[in-house]
Order: sequence, then C-alpha cells, then structure tokens
Amino acid sequence: MNEPMIQMQGIKKRYYEGKPNELEILHGIDLRVYPGEFVAIVGESGSGKSTLMNIIGALDRPSEGSYLLDGVDMLSLKDGRMSEIRNKKIGFVFQNFNLIGRQSAQKNVELPMLYAGLPARQRSQRALELLELVGMEGRARHQPNELSGGQKQRVAIARAMANDPAILLADEPTGALDSQTSRTVMDLFHRLNRHQGKTIVLITHSQALAEECQRILTLVDGRIIGERAGKEVPAHA
Amino acid sequence: MLDNIQLALASLRANKMRALLTMLGIIIGIGSVIAIVTVGNSLTATVNESLVNMGGNNMQVGVEYRPDENGEYDYSVAMTDEDLLNDDMLDAFRQRFGQQTRALILTESMSGTGKAQDGRLYANVRITGVNDGFFAAEKVKMLAGRVFRTQDYEGARKVAVVSDRLVENMFQGSTEAALGQTLEVALGESVESFAIVGVYRYQPQGLFLGTTPTATKDTVTDLYLPIYTEQQLSGQSGHYYNYFELVPQTGVDPNDLVDRIQSFFDKSFYAHNRNFQVKAYNLKNEMESITSVLDTISLAIGVIAGISLLVGGIGVMNIMLVSITERTREIGVRKALGAPAGAIRTQFIVEAMVICLVGGLLGILAGLLLGAAGASLMGSPARPNPGVILAAVGFSMAIGVFFGYYPASKAARMDPIEALRYE
Repeated sequence: MNEPMIQMQGIKKRYYEGKPNELEILHGIDLRVYPGEFVAIVGESGSGKSTLMNIIGALDRPSEGSYLLDGVDMLSLKDGRMSEIRNKKIGFVFQNFNLIGRQSAQKNVELPMLYAGLPARQRSQRALELLELVGMEGRARHQPNELSGGQKQRVAIARAMANDPAILLADEPTGALDSQTSRTVMDLFHRLNRHQGKTIVLITHSQALAEECQRILTLVDGRIIGERAGKEVPAHA
Repeated sequence: MLDNIQLALASLRANKMRALLTMLGIIIGIGSVIAIVTVGNSLTATVNESLVNMGGNNMQVGVEYRPDENGEYDYSVAMTDEDLLNDDMLDAFRQRFGQQTRALILTESMSGTGKAQDGRLYANVRITGVNDGFFAAEKVKMLAGRVFRTQDYEGARKVAVVSDRLVENMFQGSTEAALGQTLEVALGESVESFAIVGVYRYQPQGLFLGTTPTATKDTVTDLYLPIYTEQQLSGQSGHYYNYFELVPQTGVDPNDLVDRIQSFFDKSFYAHNRNFQVKAYNLKNEMESITSVLDTISLAIGVIAGISLLVGGIGVMNIMLVSITERTREIGVRKALGAPAGAIRTQFIVEAMVICLVGGLLGILAGLLLGAAGASLMGSPARPNPGVILAAVGFSMAIGVFFGYYPASKAARMDPIEALRYE
C-alpha cells in the first residue's frame, strides 16, 4: 500500500500541563489513514473527538507522539506553517457550515484560494467549477442567508475542496440537516471519494452515518478501542 | 486588497447607523479643518486683493493723541488747528521725503450724505475733498473729462468729478451729456451747485462683512471736489489736515520709512506738543496683524479639530474591537481555512481605514460646504485648498491605520479553536 496520508503514533493531548488540574484528553492515539480512504471516527461527546479533529486538522498541537500528514512532520511547526498546512492540505467541513456572511457563495469558495495567493481569474474559474461539482452552479452569486442548510453545506464542501487538499475533514457535516438533505450531502462525499479519489475523515457520533464508510474507528475516553469495516455504501451514490 | 475593501464596505453597509456615528468624530475633525482653511484662504486672498486695490504699500500719516509718561491719554484736550498738519509741514515733508514719495494724498469727507437732484432724477453722494495727489496715485479710474487743475484747487472752485453711477442715474448714462452740466446738491439745509468736469468709474468695496458689492440706484458714491472747496463748504478755516496718505516709491522699505516719517514730525513740529503727535502706519503691517489674528483663530480651531480627530480615532478603535468580537467566529473560520495572521490583521486595518476614509471624505464635503457658506457670508469667493484636502485624505487613512492596528492585531492573534467555538 501507499504511504499513509495520516500517520499518528502515540498522540497524547494534555491541558493545563504541569498544573495540579492537568487533564489528559487523548491517551495515545495510533491512527493511519491511507490515500483514497473514507474513514469514520465515531465517539460520544466527551470522548475526545473534537480534540482529535483539531490535531488532525492542524488547528492544535499534540502534547506528545508523532504525526505525519502527507509526509509533513506536524509536531514542530510554527504558527505560520500551520496556517499554510490548513490552507493547502486540509479541507474543513463543519456542522454549522461556517460560511462567511455577506459574501457570495463564489467568494466563500474562493477564500482558501485567496489565502493561497491565487490570482483572481484562476480563483473565480476554479470556484465556479467546484460549485458545479457540488451542483450549486446556479447559486454562485447568492449570499449564505439566501441558501438552505443543504445548499450551504454543499457550498462549504466546495470551499473545502478549493485548494485540492490531502484530506477532507468533516465534523458532523449532517448534524444540522434533515434526513433528506443529509442524504444529499453524504452522497456528495461518496462521490468525491470515489470519483475524485479524495481522502475523507468523517467525525460523527452517529453509528448509522459511520456505517457508510469503509472503515470505522471508535473513540472512547480518549482511546481508539475498535476498528472495523463499514457496511455497504448506498448504491446510488 | 480589493477584496478587503469590498468586505469593509459590505460590513459598513450592514451597520450604517453605527458606522455613521463612529465616523462623526472624523467628519467633524476633518470638516472643521477644511472649512477654516477655505474661509481663511478666501479671507486672506480678499485682504490681499484689497491691499492691491488700496495700494499695498501705502501709508497713513495722521495726528493722534500722545500718551503721557504713564501711557495714559488725556482725551479732554480738544484738537485745535494748531495741532493739525498744515501746508508748511507738508512742504517740509515733501522737501525731505520727495525722493521716497510717489504721491501725497489728501482726502477729507463731509459727514452725512448729500443728494444730487434734478426734478425726479436723483443720486446719493458723499462729498469728498481731494488734492492732486489723489488723482496722481490713481485712486480712481477716470472715464471721461478731466481731473482738477491748479486753479481749481487754489480758487476753491466749485467743480466736481462724479461717478458713472451718478451719470447713470441723472443723465441716462451719457457722460457727454453730464460733462459741463451744473449739478444741484442738497447738503443738509443748503443747496450747492457744482460744474461736472470729470467722470470716474465707481468701484464697490467688498472687504467687510455685510457689504455685498451690488450697486443700486440708491448707492452712495463719492462726489469729489478740490479739497479747499470741501473745507470751505464744511466751514473749516482751511489748509489744515488731520491726516494724509502716502504712496512710497517702489523699492522703499516701508517699515524704515514709517519710522523716519514719525521721527521727522516728532522732531520738527511736534517736539513741544504735549497732547498730540504724528503717527505713521503702514497699511500692509495693519493687514498682517489681521491675518495673524486669523492665524491664531485657525490654530485654535486646528487644535479643536485635532482633539476631535483623536476622539474620533478612539471611537473607531472601540467599534473595531466590538466588530472583531462580533465576528470572532468568522475569524476562526478564516483561520481554519488557512488565513495567516497577517491576512487577518490586514483585513481589519483596511476596514478601519475605510471607515476613516469615508468619514474623511464626508468631512471634506461638509467642510467645503461650510467653507463656501462662510466665504459667501464674507462676500468673497470660496478658495478650497487642494493640498489641505489631499492631506486630510491621507491623514484620515493614517488615523485608520493607527487606531485600527490594535484591534486588528487582537483579531490576528485569536486562537482558531476558541474562535470557532465562540457563539
């Protein structure tokens, strides 16, 4: 098999280090995600899901362990380099979409490219392509408050894809959606995974959603206690 | 950069009222600076123009009260003919300062206005006696006829030089018809007749507040007589003068001349006069003191404007702090999408700059309107100063950078995880 996209070894995360109220959230996570995989990390709230996601997504640094993302050692990075990694290698999809208000769908999709320093013409062209990919080409000029939840999430996914990241990191992407639009969004992830070969890490507390993924990792109290294959992926995706 | 500006404008539009209130300090500050500079400029220009009209370097030499050792004035002593300037003094003066003098002007106006009348036609006049120096110095522009001759002065003849306004009123504007005509002028109780020998162009004086220079049918214009004729009419013994005006030769240092004239009269004629002395004034110096008063006012308003800008800047800083708190989540998202700290900082500095710039532009607009209004109140054209306007634009942007830097840095330093979690 190829080199893993994500390679974590003994990742620990402690807060208030060295103080009496020191708190260890992650107790040594080993995690490998290979290119083209669609992996779910399932855990109840308080299991350390968010902390793990922050570390995977280069928003936070682990206290201990080793983490290679697409071959980059993530442990010794300065803030500026962390921003760059988030920009180029991570595509975040949030539960509450987190589109920037008063900015059109297209401008939202262009944002990561803007920070990557792409010229305006290229940004706009790629943004329109991505919006087409998620079926939102007709809404490019709409502002977030003119879009439904499912539409917002599709724009957010287009935005996450902007700089062709190494992984899509989705945190409860259907948590704020009804079952029908949830389905659309999940189908979109499957399509990106299959046709674009995108590596996707889905973080969720929903077993049902996790079953759709190729591999399911269960996180309990800061430890990965189990790993198994998912069930069949919905055929129509 | 363009995106940042668009973003800033969008966020201004979203909070119009708040933005306007924030800008108020900047608007007032910049507006008052522009207004005062515009008014000041037009005033200075008007003063200078009038100076040129009046003969910029002309001096006034006149008799006035002399202070005693304690610097007190005794106004109970009446001025007699003995104390006034006379022909001997003027001759001596001419002898001494002939080299430096281009013209020596004597003018004397009768109090009150007279009325030239011919049936239903009339014109209001002020009777003013003048000497030959008055015409030599070209204090008026002659349109037709002649100025007074030596015989007119010496014989105290009843000849007059009248304005084109008077000719307009009484001779349907025909100077040919006016010349040689006898004009009846009612002066208080009596009526005097003068032969019109010349016509000059009436020039409205628009220097002071309220006298908008529009000549009407009732406008009072000067009717010039030989000075001795005027002195006779006003019942004076004649050949005594309160003051005279002096046109110096070009290249003469006016300040030096003022001193020398004063000491000349002091030593030669007024050494033993305890109550009166002769003082010489340079018109330009007097005007300069007016302008310096104006400068002081400008400075005071400038200080107020400065304080207003400072307060305005603090207001901008305050609103920027509010804005970044409100948009904590947005900042978190931007960071998650890979915005480096510098990009966040730039975004908010640009926003502060845009607020200040829009405020500055509104201020410039307000200042120009106010300045134009002020200038027209003084009866002079508004003169906006492009340099100051440009400086105002630059300065308001600088305020934006200065007061936007701290909030912007605060935004740039935010922890993305905390910011994303912010509700």
